[in-house]
Amino acid sequence: MINCETIDQIHRHISQGATSVRSVVETAVTAAEELNGSLNAFLKIDRQGALARAAEIETQGTEGAALAGIPIAIKDNICVRGLQTSCGSRILGDYHPPYNATVVDRLLAAGAVIIGKTNCDEFAMGSSNENSAFGTVKNPWDTARVPGGSSGGSAAAVAAGIVPVALGSDTGGSVRQPASLCGVVGLKPTYGRNSRYGLVAFASSLDQVGVFGRSVGDVARVLGVIAGRDSHDATTAEVPVPDYAAGLNAVVKDLRIGFPRALFGEGLDAEVRAAVEATVQVYRDLGAEIVEVDLPHARYAIAVYYIIATAEASSNLARFDGVRYGFRAKEANELRSMYRRSREEGFGPEVKRRIMLGTYVLSAGYYEAYYHKAQQVRTLLRNDFRRAFEACDAISLRRRQLPLS
Amino acid sequence: MPINESDIVKIAQLAHLEISRREVQLFAPQIAEIVTYVEQLNEIDTSNILPALGGLTPEGERTDSTRADVVAPSLGQEVALEEAPDPAAGHFRVPKVL
Repeated sequence: MINCETIDQIHRHISQGATSVRSVVETAVTAAEELNGSLNAFLKIDRQGALARAAEIETQGTEGAALAGIPIAIKDNICVRGLQTSCGSRILGDYHPPYNATVVDRLLAAGAVIIGKTNCDEFAMGSSNENSAFGTVKNPWDTARVPGGSSGGSAAAVAAGIVPVALGSDTGGSVRQPASLCGVVGLKPTYGRNSRYGLVAFASSLDQVGVFGRSVGDVARVLGVIAGRDSHDATTAEVPVPDYAAGLNAVVKDLRIGFPRALFGEGLDAEVRAAVEATVQVYRDLGAEIVEVDLPHARYAIAVYYIIATAEASSNLARFDGVRYGFRAKEANELRSMYRRSREEGFGPEVKRRIMLGTYVLSAGYYEAYYHKAQQVRTLLRNDFRRAFEACDAISLRRRQLPLS
Repeated sequence: MPINESDIVKIAQLAHLEISRREVQLFAPQIAEIVTYVEQLNEIDTSNILPALGGLTPEGERTDSTRADVVAPSLGQEVALEEAPDPAAGHFRVPKVL
């Protein structure tokens, strides 16, 4: 049985005695197991751990905690103590981290029940889930199609009604894009809003843990739980965490929504254009003001991303060398050869390609031309957005030029 | 100057990847294409533009991330070695260095 209820609805049914935490969790685990043959959304389903945790929460009582008894799925690049964290890669394989990510600790403190780890593109590098070493995730709306990526397993698990909410990570769209392709809500929080401690690093100046849900309210609630300063991640900002759910019914009237017309020009599919225009019209009908904004450097964003993300990845992924954890190549009888063979056999082609591109742009004689230049353009991009936000409260964008195929 | 196969061999060495001949042939044109694409950034005049040295917002930049230097519990030797491919006598054992 598939559960399409919101967190609030689940809590109400539990408190009315119409269902129990155990039943909610078991339904989620069973759905995950039954659908995994067709979706491949999960790399690990933890029936035993989830049911034990459900029993624990029933004993404690479920009153008060924001996520009491709520089943949740976690992308397989976020550490959950004792459960595998493969990052969709053979080089980590069945690595079992000895600690929880801070966001995981916070979910558990709020009463959430982790039912499993979701499939993703290897080290979150990809946008279709076809780069997972453990098979592609299928889109629940049509299993002949991809769910997007890299957090495709989390998006699919939410879209299929297995869990109301799931965590993903977003470096260059890895939450927003699969959310769009699976028809669910996806949030990439502002950099510094939540901790990356325990998120396996890809590109450290971009990585953020994000949230998937079937409703904005559920996503707001989870963000409220995971957000905030963490002494284990020096980039988390000392900014109070507001009650995000309190703003859900705020009036849209007089909200200024920025519309960067230049990004809706050439190459935009007619179907995507129609969907964007219909959405903008909804806001207009609700009384929002649509303001034209200009993001002149937006067209360079992908080039900047390619340089910054791969450069940082080449450095972050240097730690996978077969010494302390993960895969080690057999038969290498000398240290340097052990490093090289372990990495060669352990990483998939997309990861190797990005490590090599990143190594190139950081190598002697090229740093100024590529990495430094990209960071300068990043400043220009940032200035574009700062200027745009002086004229509007939010900016309307599209995730893709073309519809899902 | 476009990237060629010998550049790829050199980059793979720097990145500690023992890539095959077939991979060199596969990656060379792919990486060359991406490098050509990113070179469009040269169209932009960035003289006097400071590089963005991270992803932080102004609030993040203002956050003091120092803390008292107090010893706190950590994983410990036993747990830290649990996932090691070849632990030996409380250490990470590796093949010979020379």
